Amino acid sequence: MNPQQPKFETQSQVDFVVIGAGAAGGIIAKELSTAGFQVVVLEQGPYLKEKDFDHDEIKNFWQHALVNDWSKQPTTFRKTPNAKARVQPAIIYGRMVGGGNVHFTANFWRFHEIDFVERSKLGTIAGTGFDDWPITYAELEPYYTKAEWELGISGEPGPFDPPRSKPYPLPPLPIKSSGALLAKGARKLGWHPQAAPMAIISQPYRGRSGCSHCGFCEAFGCEVKAKSSTLATVIPEAEKTGHCEIRPNSYVRKIETDDAGRVTGVIYFDDKKTEVFQRAKAVVLCANGAESARLLLISKSNLFPNGLANSSGLVGKYLMFNAGGFATGVFEHELNEFKSVVVTRIIHDFYDSDPKRGFYGGGGIDMRFDVTPIGFALGGALPRETPRWGADYKKALRDSFTRTVYSFGHTTSLPVERNSISLDHVTKDAWGLPAMRVTYKDHPDDLKIAKFFSDRGKELLEAAGAKKVWSAPVEEQQFGVHLLGTCRMGNDPKRSVVNKYHQAHDVPNLFVCDGSSFVTSGRGQPTCTIQALAYRAADHIIRMAKSGEIKSA
Amino acid sequence: MDTQEVSRRLFLIRSLTGVSSAWLVLRLPDIVAAQEHAHHAAQSETPTKFEFFTPEQATEVEAIAAQIIPTDDTPGAREARVIYFIDRALTTFDKDKQQQYVKGVKELQAKQKKMFKNSARFSSLRSEDQIKVLKSLEKTPFFETVRVHTIMGFFADPSYGGNYDKIGWKLIGFQDDFYFKPPFGYYDREYKEAQ
Repeated sequence: MNPQQPKFETQSQVDFVVIGAGAAGGIIAKELSTAGFQVVVLEQGPYLKEKDFDHDEIKNFWQHALVNDWSKQPTTFRKTPNAKARVQPAIIYGRMVGGGNVHFTANFWRFHEIDFVERSKLGTIAGTGFDDWPITYAELEPYYTKAEWELGISGEPGPFDPPRSKPYPLPPLPIKSSGALLAKGARKLGWHPQAAPMAIISQPYRGRSGCSHCGFCEAFGCEVKAKSSTLATVIPEAEKTGHCEIRPNSYVRKIETDDAGRVTGVIYFDDKKTEVFQRAKAVVLCANGAESARLLLISKSNLFPNGLANSSGLVGKYLMFNAGGFATGVFEHELNEFKSVVVTRIIHDFYDSDPKRGFYGGGGIDMRFDVTPIGFALGGALPRETPRWGADYKKALRDSFTRTVYSFGHTTSLPVERNSISLDHVTKDAWGLPAMRVTYKDHPDDLKIAKFFSDRGKELLEAAGAKKVWSAPVEEQQFGVHLLGTCRMGNDPKRSVVNKYHQAHDVPNLFVCDGSSFVTSGRGQPTCTIQALAYRAADHIIRMAKSGEIKSA
Repeated sequence: MDTQEVSRRLFLIRSLTGVSSAWLVLRLPDIVAAQEHAHHAAQSETPTKFEFFTPEQATEVEAIAAQIIPTDDTPGAREARVIYFIDRALTTFDKDKQQQYVKGVKELQAKQKKMFKNSARFSSLRSEDQIKVLKSLEKTPFFETVRVHTIMGFFADPSYGGNYDKIGWKLIGFQDDFYFKPPFGYYDREYKEAQ
């Protein structure tokens, strides 16, 4: 931890408590503390640094080094509200200072203009909460630019990109074989490959050295600070202000309110499971698109019997995971995808929804092989007919690891009200709180767009010259990595949880900003937009705090 | 920093051959830190005795592992010392699977004796007979556990006791390194040459 951190008394009323030190929370903590406010950041995970990161698959995949551990934080799952929820891993998220920003793949796509106004352009979709956002791309554009420059993004504008006020701060990362094959196949098909925007610095930037191409980005922490996570960028800046205290291993139990319906502070368990109450003038909840909703539902009181900030009844509703359409190919020569960053080229030709297809949906394509040796050998990326053990199994492993690549179509999920985060009162977590219950069934259009992208992936791999191409059937999702939509923003308090400034409609000194704020899902790459929203939210929170609009307890 | 530490740092610097000096100067502190961490992690050598298995259990489980990833013109699970990985897993992060192994080996031997009368142990059967026994068990949870452990032990970081001499990584062409330079593979080289 940085020695410049202050140590605030829990009894003193700090200006802000930020819950969650991830993609959004890290930015908001930095912005608020830079503006001179006293900030306490409560993070349920540990404070790890570059020296703690490694390439150890067992630690990262089996021992939950950087993510939630289902043995301590069980989740339950059901497809529909009538089904019985069973205990099973249903979501994964980064659980550490820096949050999912530390282990994410680092794709950093801006939304397009259409993402914010799709309902106006396409009309309503029956049985869904498909809607426009309360803000436009133009309103968010300065904050996309700010995020790209403050964090350090490598890229190059493509033919379908929305307008930008400034170029990328860093040139694209060097092309890999997956990118070269994507470009070759796409050109043959008349599509338009472009450099992938990545939150990984291709050159030295703001005191950090560039990427060393070790290949351990996705699911791992970067040992050389080349991945532009909040841990490597804005969190140290927040600490340097002398106004920001980060408290890791702090598991929040409740956001407390008074009789007037104002937030008074936050109750949390420290690393010894002792309850602590931190007083605050206002709270900014950035715990991710699943945990933020769960915490609001847990924070019920006489005044808020259905959960805090939930007069709309929409807290936890409209959960969106993003869908995906895949196809795999094996090539004659070595690609060596285990080297360098995961993605170097993408395709946005099918970004927009096209009424001619007969269903809603759109997405973007990349090619990658983000499978590490153990995961590969356990069968994740081998054709289904491959033997599971023995001499032929060994031969398949030997021949395909360096030659396999897959096409990944990142696609939309429609906001469906029954898809949700709710409380499971049977199963408890290790702190005795109700476990998270996930209800999720893809909208039929989500499955159709995934299939559409799986088919485009097969065409792409064949056009690139693959020796063998296959795809698995599209299945309904039961596991979420992108956690979106559960405290949606909007102008109407009856149809949304927070206003266009991320302020809870029901509680003037409570803000919620993370993936939960999304109205629609975008095209499978939410992080860039989460972080732009965080910069924008911080600007408005600072403005309101300075003008006395927040109205603390 | 003691003398040994200094010489090891110098060794690390020398090992970064082929890397431009500007690149090196900028990244050196991070890379040295990362490599020291890896070096430290790899300090634990392959043990000489088993913490959990009896010698007989170890022989039987190793024979199963050697059928899952056999030795042919390249080394297999046996040479990669997967059995030491499994033994360590059963005394550390997979302690709860100990009884599955104790019971599983007994059931394996019962099956082997039933299928091949007068045979002493699974590991003493001819290879093709071992395969017959395993085919009859391949849907059992025990076989799946051994399969997963064998794969993990073959490909995990060598500091866990298996993947001896990086045998698993060499088989599939994986390299665990802290830096690579383009071209990374055949097709990006071809792409660059075409431009």
